[in-house]
Amino acid sequence: MAFLEIDGLRKRFGQVEILKGINLELEKGGFLVLVGPSGCGKSTLLNTIAGLETITSGDIRVDGRTITDLHPSKRDIAMVFQSYALYPNMTVAGNISFGMEMRGVPADQRQKAIDKVAKVLQIGHLLNRKPSQLSGGQRQRVAMGRALVRDPKLFLFDEPLSNLDAKLRVDMRIEIKRLHATTGTTIVYVTHDQIEAMTLATKIAVMRDGEVQQFGTPAEIYNNPSNVFVADFMGSPAMNLIPATIGGNGGDLAVVLDREARQPITLPMANAPAGLSAFKGKPVIFGVRPEALTDPEGAERNASQIATADCHIEVVEPAGSDTFAVTNLGGKGVVARLRADANIQPGTNTPLAFNLTKAVFFDPATESRIR
Amino acid sequence: MSAVATPARPSSGGMNVKLVNRIVIYGLLALFALFYLMPLFVMLVTSFKTMDEIQNGNMLSLPKAPTFAPWLKAWGETCVGLTCAGIKGYFWNSIKMVVPAVLISTMLGALNGYVLTKWRFRGATLVFGLMLFACFIPFQSVLLPMATILGSLGRFGVTLQNTFGTSFGLGNPTVNLVFVHVVYGIGFTTLFFRNYYEAFPTELVKAAQVDGASFFQIFRRIMLPNSMPIFVVTVIYQFTNIWNDFLFASAYAGTGDAMPMTVALNNVVNTSTGVVEYNVNMAAAMIAALPTLLVYVLAGRYFVRGLMAGAVKG
Repeated sequence: MAFLEIDGLRKRFGQVEILKGINLELEKGGFLVLVGPSGCGKSTLLNTIAGLETITSGDIRVDGRTITDLHPSKRDIAMVFQSYALYPNMTVAGNISFGMEMRGVPADQRQKAIDKVAKVLQIGHLLNRKPSQLSGGQRQRVAMGRALVRDPKLFLFDEPLSNLDAKLRVDMRIEIKRLHATTGTTIVYVTHDQIEAMTLATKIAVMRDGEVQQFGTPAEIYNNPSNVFVADFMGSPAMNLIPATIGGNGGDLAVVLDREARQPITLPMANAPAGLSAFKGKPVIFGVRPEALTDPEGAERNASQIATADCHIEVVEPAGSDTFAVTNLGGKGVVARLRADANIQPGTNTPLAFNLTKAVFFDPATESRIR
Repeated sequence: MSAVATPARPSSGGMNVKLVNRIVIYGLLALFALFYLMPLFVMLVTSFKTMDEIQNGNMLSLPKAPTFAPWLKAWGETCVGLTCAGIKGYFWNSIKMVVPAVLISTMLGALNGYVLTKWRFRGATLVFGLMLFACFIPFQSVLLPMATILGSLGRFGVTLQNTFGTSFGLGNPTVNLVFVHVVYGIGFTTLFFRNYYEAFPTELVKAAQVDGASFFQIFRRIMLPNSMPIFVVTVIYQFTNIWNDFLFASAYAGTGDAMPMTVALNNVVNTSTGVVEYNVNMAAAMIAALPTLLVYVLAGRYFVRGLMAGAVKG
């Protein structure tokens, strides 16, 4: 039995259904990231777990106990808010201990707990300051301290890093990951940043329009997206989704990619997914991540299926660690990820290697994966 | 040096126009200020003059021998109607009425604002709209209905008095005035607090809920301590309005011991026996105006800040 279980959760505001039957579960000590574009219902889902929003139907269980109808303070959860939500009229110590004060914990125990948390987060020197006297990163730490001090069953994070600048965000991300590793807490984390989702999560739920599009480990989500939306949303730069047709002779299948004013490229498929043969002669969406489309020297050596084709390079973007090249296939700009020192010039024809073991196919009509 | 000065010369014509503009603007402003301050000046100087000087001298001239006698007389001896014990008793009447009325209406406004923004219920906007409506009620239109209600409350008070030995203040004119001012103040105080709390981060309330704070604990520990600017604005506004109110005061406590300052002042000025003591009247009027001035001076810097709050979130 999982530690956190969400069963058929529905939430309706008047006629509008915000959450359309969510089913999720998370093991103890897991890190679940809810990710999706704004308005997908991820924050609402987190608020229903916290008890800050009521639900229309469904069930939420933590450690085998139904918490669906409990007041937020009775759920044994702690929450870190996007704006940190530090009480401006209280000192850092007051902020951290407010919850304990409300629960009637004696003053000496409160002090002990504050000291312990301050040590973990290295905010001991800030305890007597007001939130307005703190920097963004320090406020973030205090907000986490307020959650940590409760030692709850479940931590909820609502886009905690979105108010920080880029560099601090990376630092705090690592810090959260370290905190999770050392304390072994169970965390549900909301973000719209797919990199945060990939780096932090043990489980990711990709959401859109109040539905979970795919639920799985980061590797599953990244390598085996279940539909076009997930494939497009996760990964940066995004996966190339190229309109293509399935061709081939007899039992052998091949991917045919149109090109402007030139012969189409034909990539033979050796281990095509079983469902693909039904699409012979029909259009499909051919998904290939930029790192699976590279210069032949940089291609993965142990990949079983590599097909090389000459491509017309339109734009070259050196990014330091990699070089990105843009070509045009199937009427769309397609990004290839090359080694940083790859010798490539815009306007030339260069052979690019397609790693077809990593390629995925989608049905253009339903946008779901062809397996 | 001359090389630097030369290029400035052609623009000196423009400088003159600018200077004239300035003179006109500041001249006009000074004129308006003078016009506005003139009555206050006349009141002040008159209140320090003797009656002889007032009758024989210029209204605008400074007192030749400043005397506090008119102030002392206004405070302790002047006749209000038939009793001649000064206005001090009525001054305290006003204080006894204003302080509870201001505090109760402000606290209720804060509570309403808190509920209307952070505990939204179905129809909250409608309720707020109806409360706003209270701000536009012409008070003379409610004089009679309110008198009827106060009369009923008074009779109920008599019943309570006979049954329990205490009327719980029902029927007492001061309590009546507090009640009336609280009822008609709630519209404004709710408006002030609702608009302030609208911009108040809701996440703070949610965080406090997760921390286990109750409805009133959140109000007392989170909302109120962070409401200083709007609290001051509301207190100044309510204090000034209630202290200066003449209509309700004269209608519901126009005679008798509970008469507030404004009505008493009117009676001082209207007392028609003997010579009209302008200096005493002016002193009494000054005394009547002092508390509102004092409140504004003490809390004024929050007033402007509070009016701006919520406009731009800093």
